Amino acid sequence: MTDFTGTDRAIRAMQRQPHFTTSADRGWAQRFRLAAQDLREGFILWPLSWALAVADIRLRYRGSTLGPFWLTLSTGVMIGSMGFLYADLFHTDIHKYLPYLAVSIILWNFLSSLVSDACACFTGAEGLIKGTRMPLTVHALRSVFRDMIVFGHNIIVIVLVFVFLGVHVTPYVLLAVPGLLLWLVNGFALAFLFGAFCARFRDVPQIILSLMQIAFFVTPVIWNANILSTHPGALTLIRLNPFYYVMEIVRAPLLGTDLSFSMVAKALIVTAVLVLVSAFAFARTRGRLAYWM
Amino acid sequence: MTHLTAFNISIDFPLYHSDNRSLKKTVFGAASGRFGEDKRRRPVVQALREISFTLRSGDRLGLIGHNGSGKTTLLRALSGIYQPSNGSLSMEGRLTSLLDPSQGMNMELTGRENIRLRGLFLGMGKPDIARLESDVEDFAEIGEFIDLPVRNYSSGMVVRLAFAMATAAHPEILLMDEWILAGDAAFMEKAKRRVEAMVRHADILILASHSSATIAEWCNRLIWLDAGKIVADGKPLEVLAQYLPPEQFKELLAVAHPPLTAS
Repeated sequence: MTDFTGTDRAIRAMQRQPHFTTSADRGWAQRFRLAAQDLREGFILWPLSWALAVADIRLRYRGSTLGPFWLTLSTGVMIGSMGFLYADLFHTDIHKYLPYLAVSIILWNFLSSLVSDACACFTGAEGLIKGTRMPLTVHALRSVFRDMIVFGHNIIVIVLVFVFLGVHVTPYVLLAVPGLLLWLVNGFALAFLFGAFCARFRDVPQIILSLMQIAFFVTPVIWNANILSTHPGALTLIRLNPFYYVMEIVRAPLLGTDLSFSMVAKALIVTAVLVLVSAFAFARTRGRLAYWM
Repeated sequence: MTHLTAFNISIDFPLYHSDNRSLKKTVFGAASGRFGEDKRRRPVVQALREISFTLRSGDRLGLIGHNGSGKTTLLRALSGIYQPSNGSLSMEGRLTSLLDPSQGMNMELTGRENIRLRGLFLGMGKPDIARLESDVEDFAEIGEFIDLPVRNYSSGMVVRLAFAMATAAHPEILLMDEWILAGDAAFMEKAKRRVEAMVRHADILILASHSSATIAEWCNRLIWLDAGKIVADGKPLEVLAQYLPPEQFKELLAVAHPPLTAS
């Protein structure tokens, strides 16, 4: 290839492989190969996903004084007001209930934003998908990164609540980190699964949103799982609820409550199933997504 | 060596969001139409049918045809956006497609922020992004607007920015839809010089347009698409002689500057 200058060569060397081939669908081997290639190229472009996610958040709060710290403030106000109300309703001690509520609500918001943003991760990037050949992984990463940034702002509320109420914190808290990493894996897998499904069937996002509403009430978020110990029937409800396991592996370390091995194992099983299903869904839908936009 | 080969490419658009039964009637009612069925008997629109051609370094291909003849779909397929329903595509060379002026741009972000995102998309590091930024800024000549959100731009300014961004990174294969004509005369001249420099250095251009004058001026090969099929493929003036009504073709030869000769 003829180059004009050395700098040009440097730019070219850094850019992606110039060789590209595509062909009509040839079955699962080709689908998985192309999906793997998409993932590889997408991960290399993670700075782009991150920049897009940061831009999303910045645009949402452009021109406002507090900027993204409105996230922190509004979550803080909600938890503060809900905490006192429900502590009274449930006849619990506010010193015990408020940390539980703060951690639970903020984790739930993160979890549910991973689910709902997964639905929109491809339809929201229609312009990019129809405009350029860009790995779809970029869009999935962008939506996970965006939720991470929001969660990062909300963690401040947890820290403030813990400091004000003098909650005793031990190194056990650090166990929440691998749990959160597992969440990111789940969120990333969900983006491919729900993202593609919602692009194909436009009613699905609404259905998922209403299901998440129900999930919020049947999962121990504002109420504690302990209060069900006298209702064996209701306990089954929790046992069949994957959100409960996924929640607990992060919440238990943060609150300093016990985390059983079976709980961790179940959360891992949920993740494994999700990753597997998503891998198949992505391999199948990758080539079709542009047609669905 | 930069090259691009389309082999037997067909593209079917599935018709998901429409009533299947009444559609089936249309499908079987229109014998000559472009409606068909895929392998699983779902109704589709046959946007492209068995398109084959090979381009080598220095080729400047024009695509001409009526609205809905498949020009934009072909550009998207060649960009690798649509995986073909049939056939295959292979190329060597970094490709940039300019399908829609605001494509790949976030209208809420400033021009400069959009340039940075483009740099990240191209896998550039900080120093290269800075160079891209100044190059685009120089070429687009939109002054202070570069630091304003793109939605405040005039459509001509969006075109300038988009064209500058697409060509500043030295693509080896450049795909353009006809909107580039939205620029003013001075910018068109500049854009043409840039594309010419690009093609002189052994690269490929594919341009879809309705303007026969532009095609005759910019391209050295022309494909006429109709109903998703190639009707004619050859030297621009030879194809235009078939495509245009005789009086319009004469007009084209008369107004062309420098004068064109049907060889």
